[in-house]
Amino acid sequence: MSLIDVENLTLQFKTDEGLITAVDNVSFSIAPGEVMGLVGESGSGKSVTAKSLMKLNPGNAVYAPESRITLHLDNGPVDVMSLKRPRDMEVVRGGSVSMIFQEPMASFAPAMTIGSQMVEQLLIHTDMSKKQARELSIEMLDRVGISDASTRFGQYAFEMSGGMRQRAMIAMALSTKPKLLIADEPTTALDVTIQAQVIDLMKDLVTDFGMGIIFITHDLGVVAQTADKVAVMYLGKMIEQGPVREVIRNPYHPYTQGLIDALPQLDDLDKPLMPVPGDIPSPLERPEGCVFHTRCGKIIGDVCRTVAPGWSDTGENHRTACHLCHEGQSA
Amino acid sequence: MSTENLIETKDLSVGFPVGGKIFNKSVLKAVNDVSLSIPRGSFFGVVGESGSGKTTFGRALLNAAPITGGSAHYEDGDVSYDLGKLTGSELKEYRRRAQLIFQDPYAALSPRMTVRDIIAEPLEVVGLCNSREEVDERVREIANLCRLNLEHLRRFPHAFSGGQRQRISIARALVSKPRFVVADESVAALDVSIQADILNLLKSLQDEMGLTYLFISHDLSVVAHTCDHVAVMYLGQIMESAPTRQLFRSPRHPYTKALFSAIPSLDPDDHGKAQKLEGEIPSPTNRPTGCQFHTRCPFAIDLCKREEPRMETCEAEHSVTCHRWRELQLAD
Ligand SMILES: Nc1ncnc2c1ncn2[C@@H]1O[C@H](COP(=O)(O)OP(=O)(O)OP(=O)(O)O)[C@@H](O)[C@H]1O
Ligand SMILES: Nc1ncnc2c1ncn2[C@@H]1O[C@H](COP(=O)(O)OP(=O)(O)O)[C@@H](O)[C@H]1O
Ligand code: SF4
Ligand code: SF4
Ligand SMILES: [Mg+2]
Ligand SMILES: [Mg+2]
Repeated sequence: MSLIDVENLTLQFKTDEGLITAVDNVSFSIAPGEVMGLVGESGSGKSVTAKSLMKLNPGNAVYAPESRITLHLDNGPVDVMSLKRPRDMEVVRGGSVSMIFQEPMASFAPAMTIGSQMVEQLLIHTDMSKKQARELSIEMLDRVGISDASTRFGQYAFEMSGGMRQRAMIAMALSTKPKLLIADEPTTALDVTIQAQVIDLMKDLVTDFGMGIIFITHDLGVVAQTADKVAVMYLGKMIEQGPVREVIRNPYHPYTQGLIDALPQLDDLDKPLMPVPGDIPSPLERPEGCVFHTRCGKIIGDVCRTVAPGWSDTGENHRTACHLCHEGQSA
Repeated sequence: MSTENLIETKDLSVGFPVGGKIFNKSVLKAVNDVSLSIPRGSFFGVVGESGSGKTTFGRALLNAAPITGGSAHYEDGDVSYDLGKLTGSELKEYRRRAQLIFQDPYAALSPRMTVRDIIAEPLEVVGLCNSREEVDERVREIANLCRLNLEHLRRFPHAFSGGQRQRISIARALVSKPRFVVADESVAALDVSIQADILNLLKSLQDEMGLTYLFISHDLSVVAHTCDHVAVMYLGQIMESAPTRQLFRSPRHPYTKALFSAIPSLDPDDHGKAQKLEGEIPSPTNRPTGCQFHTRCPFAIDLCKREEPRMETCEAEHSVTCHRWRELQLAD
């Protein structure tokens, strides 16, 4: 059984300039012990999707009525959309789902030491003693590669470098051993060496506790090394999803192919870097038909400009939303 | 100084005073005895973990961090500057010739200035143009090279995407027609597609304007694709320096090798061959004895703890700072 099911998630933001569609009819599931990579250009809706799972989007967010998010916990399923009061949210935010945010400074209270925040969180969400909580916190800090962890335990967030703060946040998010971890660009600001350590740590937790992870990143190398499956987003739409090997080796959607071509690869230094041409359109001016048609090098014709492509099966558990696949051609 | 080089440093050090009390005062050496030559017209990369001193080294070459030891020279045509001793009109001229592209385009651009004013500011600071028309002309020219159109110039930076903002900061850095440009993590915050676009732009601008870049990055794949020469920094020192292809094909320093093996492969079945680097970079206020890398080096021997290795030349243009470079077989 899956750990979380997201069905037809659609979310708009009310702004002065009008309604912004940030997420448009997105569906996916994650099983226990499964890691899903969520990739796409900045502004494609990755963070908003992730925050929806804990209903953490700001007050101007409007969820469409057909949006459905079901979290399967030990005590039965939880309908996340129906949770309104902060007290109800405790089931979701209370340690069984953890999120690592893109902005690490925001997740630590400035006036408390890193250690006391970690301990406090463990005391609320587990039945550990203070001593156990302290020991576990120091161990977690050590495991994310923070040297001299017992000293760092007593420091404030502002006393740490950016990379160290990011790791402390990862340690805190992992210490409650959540069922589902949502990690929003957790390693983008880290050195490759520390990134490799953090990835190993996450993999251990997946094996040891069957934790499920949504891993948001724009680094396809990181996805290749961590994820079981990948979902690609563009302008709020999910445009391709499937097993990691399939999607990276045989991408069907022209946008996914573009992302892979844009990546600097070490085994061929002569290969020119090929950006996806053009800029991502403003979410206020979403293109009709296929949202990618303004930048697509393989556009077929009017059908792309007027009709939004539905899903086509492009392999086992692999599907793509592009008219090229509809016509039975490989893109 | 060789005429091929735009910049040469000799035992360059940058120290910052740390500790408040008079008796505990010590010096944090962020850059420690760096000797490097940056050839004119090169795309020169500097890599290393966070805190290794890359930004500080770049700032020293821009005359924006105090040179506390050794020297740095700039030589171009008929001008020759000792960067530690610049004053008055020389300093002003060097500020025009050497520019920085910021690490974070979001933080660097003032939200209340129009794009035109942001780009024009350096011209006004160095007093390069005599009239507003001349400034406008120059701004339009550089904006065009950076693929920004006239309509963009009237707008404010918040209206732009990450890639466009990075093009604005590039235009701003290049408007004074510099010779030497430090690009500090200029693509780190961008996603792959925009990153590829900006890297291609930097390359084409280099050809058109005859620029020499110091390209600071912690992304080794990006460096491999853009730079002709790469220096690897650790705790303020250069551990290895070589032409890009040679460095990636046959790294000689255990630290370089460790960095390479940490790069996540795009092949899901390739999990990296060599052992991963444990722990993190020590604090520069509490440096290890001997080789700076010995606390994390899988090949460390007793000698490494006692004696500091010197930088040696192992091949043309390829230098390495390791006692054991002759015997270690690091290439795959
Ligand atoms: N103004 C300063 N005063 C005191 N210490 C400083 C100062 N600037 C830098 N340092 C220290 O010098 C060392 C090198 O810093 P630097 O910013 O050059 O690193 P970096 O290699 O650019 O790192 P990153 O990849 O995180 O940008 C660090 O230990 C840093 O804390
Ligand atoms: N609070 C908000 N109000 C209005 N628009 C928002 C808000 N948060 C995000 N958006 C918009 O939603 C879209 C998706 O944003 P986001 O999920 O942060 O993208 P990503 O994480 O993929 O970079 C963007 O167009 C962004 O500007
Ligand atoms: S539907 Fe048409 S425009 Fe969209 S990605 Fe496919 S070919 Fe390109
Ligand atoms: S000198 Fe010794 S410790 Fe330093 S890198 Fe070489 S082998 Fe390793
Ligand atoms: Mg985001
Ligand atoms: Mg830096």
